[in-house]
Amino acid sequence: MNNYLDPYRDTGLLHLWAERLQKYQGKPLKLMEVCGTHTMAIARYGIRTLLPERIRLVSGPGCPVCVTPSYYINSAVALARRPETIVATFGDLMRIPGDEGSLLEAKSLGADIRVLYSPLDALKIARDNPERQVVLLSVGFETTTPIFALAIDKASQEGLNNFTVLSANKTMPEVLKVLAGDPTVGIDGYLYPGHVSAIIGTRFYEELAEKYGVPGVVAGFEPLDILTAVAALSEICNEGRHTVRNLYTRVVKPEGNPRAVQAMERVFEPADAVWRGIGRISGSGLAIREEYARYDAWKVFDLQIGEYSEPEGCRCGEILKGTKSPGDCPLFGTRCVPENPVGACMVSSEGTCAAHYKYGGIR
Amino acid sequence: MRMCLAVPGKVTEIKGKTAIVEIMGVLREASLELLEDVKVGDYVILHAGCAIEKLDEAEALKTIELFKELKDIYHE
Repeated sequence: MNNYLDPYRDTGLLHLWAERLQKYQGKPLKLMEVCGTHTMAIARYGIRTLLPERIRLVSGPGCPVCVTPSYYINSAVALARRPETIVATFGDLMRIPGDEGSLLEAKSLGADIRVLYSPLDALKIARDNPERQVVLLSVGFETTTPIFALAIDKASQEGLNNFTVLSANKTMPEVLKVLAGDPTVGIDGYLYPGHVSAIIGTRFYEELAEKYGVPGVVAGFEPLDILTAVAALSEICNEGRHTVRNLYTRVVKPEGNPRAVQAMERVFEPADAVWRGIGRISGSGLAIREEYARYDAWKVFDLQIGEYSEPEGCRCGEILKGTKSPGDCPLFGTRCVPENPVGACMVSSEGTCAAHYKYGGIR
Repeated sequence: MRMCLAVPGKVTEIKGKTAIVEIMGVLREASLELLEDVKVGDYVILHAGCAIEKLDEAEALKTIELFKELKDIYHE
């Protein structure tokens, strides 16, 4: 079927850009993308195989499911086991291993867990089951969080009293700063996530370029979007310019989507957050505001945030920072596989290790 | 369903705050509550049941032209 995405996948132009990139003679560069959809697209289209040796493209902590700590899954499993609750979630959270199994295992043992397409669908489940408690699992970055905020706001307007949200939402700016300022990571430039940028805009990236000297390019998700963004970013880095270029202008505006940001800020406030594989980062997460506390599952069910630890031998922390590749991990492809993931990067199909496992292209 | 995936689609119908969006021939319902002034015929980016941004057709065509131009990608 001929469609509007074809021009963004033009094979002739892809070859042309790959040839141009192969001629790159500048300094060696390490570029980082921070978006699960970029991770998948780069692996799927074999973008790395088109890049010269001198340009290394690594995947950062761009998969929100992957960076969700195991205590969150433990709390979700504990809630799912209560006979009065229905847990509503995106499908990618189902297989993440917790200390007492995954949500998928809990479901197979009889827990009522519903997989959703949209957080807004959880409201209907709550309306249809007034005698049960519906807990919506809320994980995501700025692209997804406004939709969770919308669900909470609607529940509040309707006065739903059997609906709560277990939130572990995170935001991009603080983790980008941490990685930009870490000399062991050594990032030359960021390939910015198109749909997070659609919400938050591009102004923060300018600050990052000026203060941390890390330039960036906002990129879409089609192969030509990514390849041309890598070409532009390589040039900007090589010339030592501290600038930001938006190459996804068909969706991303400098100011982002103010209405979505307002929805998010009305319901959520900044909080510290633990990133699986990286650790605690101040102000890098979101918590439900006090005004909406009756919808906050952490408070309503008095859940405790548990200890945070990583599985033995797992290299996810270094992989999420781009200092190691999946192939460097002794567990990759042996003990840690998509059907039975050990580490954060294998748990979601958008994780670095899962994408490498499925499509190859490791370098 | 992969939670992060967001895809472009065309608005074919609007009922109150909800739109019907066509994605490669498949029709889906989408909330319009995070956007202003969406009209039938507009392209939007659909994510988890919500339209999160409009797709600017003029910019979309400009980008396709950019792909053909070496110098314009490198410098604004």
